[in-house]
Amino acid sequence: MSNRSLSSVVKLSILSVVLAFTSNVYADPVKAAFVYIGPTGDHGWTFAHDQGAKYVKEMMGDDVIITTVESVEENSDSERVITSLARKNDIIFTTSFGYMNPTVKVAARYPNVKFEHATGYMRPTDNISTYSARFYEGRHVIGKIAGRMTKNNVIGYIASFPIPEVIRGINSAYLAAKSVNPDIEMKIVWVYSWYDPGKEADAANALIAQGADILMQHTDSTAPMTVAEEKGVYAFGQASNMREWGKNAQLTGIIDDWGPYYLERVQAVKDGTWTSTDVFHGVDSGMVKFAPMNKSMPKDIRNEASRAIIDLSMGKIHPFTGPINKQDGSPWLAEGETPPNYPDLLTMDFYVEGIEAKYPN
Amino acid sequence: MIKLIPRVENSTVMVLLSPLLALTLTALSAYLIFVFVLVDIPVSSVFFTLFVEPLIDSYYFSELLVKAAPLMIIGLGLSIGFRAGIWNIGAEGQYVMGGIAGSAVGLYFYNVEALWLLPLMTIAGILGGMFYAGIAAFLRIKYQVNEILVTLMLTYVAVLFLSAMLQGPLRNPSGFNFPESRIFHDSAMLPIIWEGTRLHIGLIVAIILSFVAWFGIKKHMFGMQIKISGSAPRAAKFAGFDDNKTVWYSLLISGGLAGLAGLFEAAGPAGQLTPGLPQFYGFTAIIVAFLARLHPVGVLFSALLIALSYVGGENVQIEYNLPSSITQIFQGMLLFYFLACDILIKYKVVSFKTKN
Amino acid sequence: MNESLFINIIIGISIASVPLMFAAIGELLVERSGVLNLGVEGMMIVGALLGFVVMSHTQNPYLAVLAAMAGGMAIASIFAFLTQFLLTNQVATGLALTLFGLGFAAFAGRGYTEETIQLITAVPIPYLSDIPYLGPLLFSFNPLVYLAFFMVYLVWWFLFRTKQGLILRAIGDNHDAAHAIGHNVVRYRVMAILFGGAMAGIGGAFLSLVQVPIWGEGMTAGRGWIALGLVVFASWQPFRIIFGAILFGGITILQIHAQGLNINVSAQYLSMLPYLATIVILVSLRMRLKNKTNRTVPNCLGRIFHSTT
Repeated sequence: MSNRSLSSVVKLSILSVVLAFTSNVYADPVKAAFVYIGPTGDHGWTFAHDQGAKYVKEMMGDDVIITTVESVEENSDSERVITSLARKNDIIFTTSFGYMNPTVKVAARYPNVKFEHATGYMRPTDNISTYSARFYEGRHVIGKIAGRMTKNNVIGYIASFPIPEVIRGINSAYLAAKSVNPDIEMKIVWVYSWYDPGKEADAANALIAQGADILMQHTDSTAPMTVAEEKGVYAFGQASNMREWGKNAQLTGIIDDWGPYYLERVQAVKDGTWTSTDVFHGVDSGMVKFAPMNKSMPKDIRNEASRAIIDLSMGKIHPFTGPINKQDGSPWLAEGETPPNYPDLLTMDFYVEGIEAKYPN
Repeated sequence: MIKLIPRVENSTVMVLLSPLLALTLTALSAYLIFVFVLVDIPVSSVFFTLFVEPLIDSYYFSELLVKAAPLMIIGLGLSIGFRAGIWNIGAEGQYVMGGIAGSAVGLYFYNVEALWLLPLMTIAGILGGMFYAGIAAFLRIKYQVNEILVTLMLTYVAVLFLSAMLQGPLRNPSGFNFPESRIFHDSAMLPIIWEGTRLHIGLIVAIILSFVAWFGIKKHMFGMQIKISGSAPRAAKFAGFDDNKTVWYSLLISGGLAGLAGLFEAAGPAGQLTPGLPQFYGFTAIIVAFLARLHPVGVLFSALLIALSYVGGENVQIEYNLPSSITQIFQGMLLFYFLACDILIKYKVVSFKTKN
Repeated sequence: MNESLFINIIIGISIASVPLMFAAIGELLVERSGVLNLGVEGMMIVGALLGFVVMSHTQNPYLAVLAAMAGGMAIASIFAFLTQFLLTNQVATGLALTLFGLGFAAFAGRGYTEETIQLITAVPIPYLSDIPYLGPLLFSFNPLVYLAFFMVYLVWWFLFRTKQGLILRAIGDNHDAAHAIGHNVVRYRVMAILFGGAMAGIGGAFLSLVQVPIWGEGMTAGRGWIALGLVVFASWQPFRIIFGAILFGGITILQIHAQGLNINVSAQYLSMLPYLATIVILVSLRMRLKNKTNRTVPNCLGRIFHSTT
């Protein structure tokens, strides 16, 4: 054994002794707090996070005390809410992009509290983690189903705001649909809202009128699903299982399953093992799940979708595998190439080749 | 039967008693809600969290002041205009425009660190608000168009304009394409006046302005003009006051102050321009102005009261895991009671028997 | 563009416009009486909730619509009591009403976010709806759509063809004079406010009973505020509410369709248009009426009335 490795062994053991004494293993219940952008009853984004919080409580019981605050606006109020929570909690999950700067500021002032910011990218202090899910993997699966199930070859996509996450979803779904159905066309409508059931329904109706017989949504209400059910077209649940609103319409749904991640992080605080991480999990770790497939789907399509889910979970396929060109024809990925998270995926601001809609500006 | 008889002079006793009565009624209603609807909540500790904790805990107190400062500044401007009978209800739009204009200056000089930057942003913010309210003043003078309606319409436009700016020219070029501006540098940020909190110089500005306004209304000719124009427009004309001047001054002052508040919010607690800038401050300030009975110094107190309902309500939500709607219900009731109890100041309530 | 797409756009516009039409025609009557109620959003959301709740329990669309009206009236009565009897400022009270209504509906409706109901669907009028072109365009709508048009007519008829309507307008223009000749200002205004509440209630319920079979807090998403703009746009003329609602609702729908058809539009700038148009209309209205005594803006709008006698 060389001198160098010996010294590192010594260092490590000293470190572990120090850690054992200093790391605060919690005897008391861990106090975990969640900040939500919408009401917990939206059945979309916030609902899914709240299910995650409930899961933590269910699994840890008396070992955790959970506080949730809903409908916190993404303005200077959010910094106060986060600070108020930081004064009394051990770990805080801020579950919307707009909380990024407030989270960063509060984290700097409360070094002993752990912060977990969803969908953001800033971790200037070592008590912040960021986490997000590769929802575009979910979009890949529903894209394949849509490509097979559509009769008109038109997919209607109800989008919220042109931010990278939404763009990734559109591109991924389009590429997957195109891979099984070269004639596919995707119509995209931006409603500039995360939650406006009336407008989402208007968009769904318009898309159906323009020939879409299968709907995808990246907004939070169940309205598009109800329209699909009423009009007899297909749709996919968003963030949670929306079968209740579309018994015939919902083919499957992308489910955001934050529960296991939340449990792991809260447990890590309890065990004193929490460290700052940047998580971008997908189907493989179960952060992106699927609602049960509709029995009305032909068996081979269900099998194909299941195949895709299995391949994604084993890392065998990547929804963005070259050759892929950008909408203007300029090359993005070469044959067999997959994009890095940064900058390609995390800052995505272009449609891929084949999408006819204009990129919103 | 009960009848209202106008008092010859506003009752000074009631000026003090009516807010107390309103608070008592609010507390009573809140109590009933907590006892009958939210059965397992300990009422007395809820009350403590709601009304007392924000006043005695230094952090919450600082936040109370942070929340109150923009309400004070906007409410102050509105109270001057309302006195003159000029109904600017679009302060929200002027606030947003001020925020955009001031932030745009700050972002234009993004790489500059200089003492003049913040004052320049402030001036841009004020001018932005003034310009926006000035549209309503111009239309009212030139075409006699009702300013209530113009200012309200322009508010919607301002909010959409903010959204367009953040998708376009003012978006952070290295912000992963999210609709937010860059974060301001220190020299574009308001100085903090209470170390360790977010309390910025806006509070001091608000207090100074409120006394200046008070003095102005009492001593200055313009104050007189405004007062008479509001209460007796005809008399004002006879006295030779220039009607147009009143309109211009009222709207420019209230618009400028709203713009100032917008810039202070962006360069203060927010530290950047985001789509979350409009937070109903412009509308809430209307309520603030009325709770203060349009008194410039009273605005300071009514802004604190409204801020208390926000901060306290939020704490109750956090502490007892209550839905956010409880805070809204509570605020609605608080305002109802305060507005209602004010009648006791101007009117005497007498009961009399109806003749058969 | 094919025929069915055209018809679908028309139906889409009707669905987007009708909530605005209901809320605006109610507010129009209120403003004609000289009262400015900024609480439309609050009344709409309470209507949306109550309509949905009653529908989910009774499956009876008539009861649901009545409940929505009652809900809107109930919350409007708070406004009526405060502004008409306790003489509070209308702007401030209306804002408080919006806060209260949104909070109340969100709280009371918490148990209903999991539910779904049977929508009130369109009822094509027999025979008439079979006429080519005209049938689907005119006779195949939801019954509440026809009701909205009827209410506009009714309000016009009331205001300009009845004695009470004349009195109401007189009160809105000069409450002191109207009072002096013996009209009960407060009674007229209270009635108008309650009517406004009922209409806002149906307008809200249209969202939760016709457009989407769900309830969610904040689902009115600012439509009450648009309705306020619409009244001004219509310059207090009932029939112009129809055009205004079609314009305001139509811009949303056309913009959505344009996106689907890959026509490049800027959502934000396009959405500003109705509001800017409203201001232009206000100005042109004034220019036209400059020399006439007939002024359409109710002169007493927002002013407090108190009689000493």
